[in-house]
Amino acid sequence: MQTVVNLLKANIRQYGMLVALLAIMLLFQILTDGILFKPLNVTNLILQNSHILVLAIGMMLVIISGHIDLSVGSVAAFVGAVAAILMVEMNVPFAAAIFLSLLLGALIGAWQGFWVAYVRVPSFIVTLAGMLMFRGLTMLVLEGQSIGPFPDAFRALSSGFIPDIPGGRGIHLLSILIGILLSLLLIALEWGKRLSDIRYRFETEPFAYFIAKLVILAAALNLFIYVLASYEGIPNILIVLLVLIFLYTFVANRTVIGRHIYAMGGNEKAAMLSGVKTKRVTFWVFVNMGTLAALSGLVFAARLNAATPKAGTNFELDAIAACFIGGASMSGGVGTVIGGVIGGLVMGVMNNGMSILGIGVDWQQAIKGLVLLLAVAFDIYNRSKSS
Amino acid sequence: MTDILLEMRGITKTFPGVRALNNVNLKVREGEIHALMGENGAGKSTLMKVLSGVYPYGTYQGEVYFQGRLCQFRDIRDSERQGIVIIHQELALSPYLSIAENIFLGNERARRGVINWRETYARARELMDLVGLDESPNTRVMDLGVGKQQLVEIAKALSKNVRLLILDEPTSALNEHDSENLLRLLRSFKARGLTSILISHKLNEIVQVADSITILRDGETIETLDMARDEITEDRIIRGMVGRDLKHRYPERTPNIGETIFEVRNWNVYHPRQPDRRVIKDVSFHIRRGEVVGIAGLMGAGRTELAMSLFGRAYGKRISGQILKNGKPVELPDIPAAIRNGIAYVTEDRKHYGLVLIQDIRRNTTLAGLRKVARRGVIDERRENLEVEGFRQRLNIKTPSIRQTVMNLSGGNQQKVVLSKWIFTEPDVLILDEPTRGIDVGAKYEIYTIINQLAGEGKGILLISSELPELLGMCDRIYVMSDGRITGELPREKADQETIMRLMARMEGDIVANGR
Repeated sequence: MQTVVNLLKANIRQYGMLVALLAIMLLFQILTDGILFKPLNVTNLILQNSHILVLAIGMMLVIISGHIDLSVGSVAAFVGAVAAILMVEMNVPFAAAIFLSLLLGALIGAWQGFWVAYVRVPSFIVTLAGMLMFRGLTMLVLEGQSIGPFPDAFRALSSGFIPDIPGGRGIHLLSILIGILLSLLLIALEWGKRLSDIRYRFETEPFAYFIAKLVILAAALNLFIYVLASYEGIPNILIVLLVLIFLYTFVANRTVIGRHIYAMGGNEKAAMLSGVKTKRVTFWVFVNMGTLAALSGLVFAARLNAATPKAGTNFELDAIAACFIGGASMSGGVGTVIGGVIGGLVMGVMNNGMSILGIGVDWQQAIKGLVLLLAVAFDIYNRSKSS
Repeated sequence: MTDILLEMRGITKTFPGVRALNNVNLKVREGEIHALMGENGAGKSTLMKVLSGVYPYGTYQGEVYFQGRLCQFRDIRDSERQGIVIIHQELALSPYLSIAENIFLGNERARRGVINWRETYARARELMDLVGLDESPNTRVMDLGVGKQQLVEIAKALSKNVRLLILDEPTSALNEHDSENLLRLLRSFKARGLTSILISHKLNEIVQVADSITILRDGETIETLDMARDEITEDRIIRGMVGRDLKHRYPERTPNIGETIFEVRNWNVYHPRQPDRRVIKDVSFHIRRGEVVGIAGLMGAGRTELAMSLFGRAYGKRISGQILKNGKPVELPDIPAAIRNGIAYVTEDRKHYGLVLIQDIRRNTTLAGLRKVARRGVIDERRENLEVEGFRQRLNIKTPSIRQTVMNLSGGNQQKVVLSKWIFTEPDVLILDEPTRGIDVGAKYEIYTIINQLAGEGKGILLISSELPELLGMCDRIYVMSDGRITGELPREKADQETIMRLMARMEGDIVANGR
């Protein structure tokens, strides 16, 4: 019994935010009389928050590297506006327009990365300037108007669902299959990790606990997919998100560039003296952020079916809050991609739940602010206790 | 019999899981210099934190008597009010403020919140004279060297009517010259009746100035030695600290020296922000295979600047000169190029420049050589674990697992991680900048053994150190630097402390012959 308590204590840091997310979900599930987990609402939850989650993934890397990016909301709006002009006014095919938009985002990222990395202007200043500049440019190219509607193929990016195979009888069969496949993948990955941990005699959790963890995770995953499947199936954007999460987790944990980002955020001088090309790494982190901000702008414009001058307002704050709720550190070097996503979901579920309850935007803002403060304070309290 | 100023009786302090102090006793007589010694982790700092109120009364067992009265300090302010002032290893000065402002920081010469600058400067002058600091009280602290900053700290302590001055490793960041100065100052304070406690790893200093020595080991008082009564030698103190005789302070090595592996010719470096200031002046030197070459010099002589400018131009502007590796000229325009060419630089300040403290041993060890365990940018964690595990065993890094955060390691073990990192890059030439600073005797011996092993493998070692005995004990050849130049080169047989000191103090104008 004692070991179980100790294990829970040890894991509360690691899984703390996940537990908090589940608790918040449960709370709103009860408060909303079960509306929160209705298939339609779960689907909406994903569609409504996807653009913030995309930003949070990129922002996490920026914050780990020891920087901040305040411009992502304006960049998203600007790219959305350019995409609208390309597709609606110039009739550029949507695939080419998406490509050009992402390229534009990368160029904007390179512009900001240049100032931060090579001229060494603090990222706060560079991106604050970017926030103003790209907001202004957005209004310029849109001439104060909204542009829409978009072609259907483009809209499918953030409001479409994956196709189905016949024989589901009201349940989206392909989604269920994907869910099962994903859980098998998850089990295989965790199993492999555990085997290698044992080989190197790292501390591993007891076998029963390990199995219980896998069963719970797999069950939660399949339940989630089942809920989606009983509506329209897996949304396209969820596939995009899953690919991004997997890709960036891999980059952060298993690649040289990922290690360099963490090392640079943890101690820039030591990293530099160990041969890390800190300027180049910083530059690419911002290029990456620009690209993801562009993707976020496309996703948002596609869902709204219009590019508007006010799009993207406060996106940067939501993304940054998501990262800090998800365990990032102001001083850099700490954080995980999945943490940023969980942080984003905490915010998203709260938005959604409070909206269902009919709480006004005024109170929603205030409550979200308080949650951010408490989440980070809790994290700091935990850290000071453990050290 | 002199009076007892401070008595700590039966102090026991426990942290969750560890007993840091176990029934420790310490008696300090009025007007003496009392040395507190012990290896890292022996409990010296914890004991001083109990004394100064960082750990308030009630969080430890035992009693503290100061001037015969029982002390129940709640915080540092309480102990300072009694005249107990502690100066920490890491200086607590505000870099952008002036000397005078720093001296009276938190204790301003003011009436109703309005500062009396006239009095501030006058009093600051007096205190600065007392500690022999010849600067304008208006000078910003960041413009002073470490030695002078230390003097500012002491002046600040004196401003508080100090009765007992505690110095925690005051000379660890100082060069020989500044250390001497500081010790002389301590003795002059003693002559005026000020009592001090000195915590230091430098045995020669302790033997020079201390009146009595209390030795701690593993949180317990081992013994108190009276310098006047007992015949105290450095070896005697080491025995107390380590619990056994260390036969030799420096491990034996039979040098097996081969051909020249690394050579520098006419190296010149200018200051990065003051383009007219030449920091390194026409430096030429060489290292041979299997050779340990030392560089001696005062602080500011340019030793670290030389090393860093050679290491992929990590320091300096307008660098000129030639580097030859195995007789062939090489260009090292940046740090990755230096690493590729088999050069490693172990930095002098491991916490700020050597390690990513919040990361584990594994990630720190492979940071400089990640490509060796990666294929197409993807890290093979299995190979990484094997490699790092190998270093843990080979260098005897004391840790439960290579996933331990390096922040939680002792200084000696941290240094072993830094060494692992650079050995992992398979260098031919290792530049070691103060590799044993701030680590205890036992760990030093291990580091020396590692250095000798590396030399034995045919690598060239450049050892920069401020401790002359270390250079004399370890090196086959010693270069001496002063004011950016090499002022002498001494083979092991001809090197002794006095000759080196003379060369270290030699300034421009009296250069005789340079280099090789």
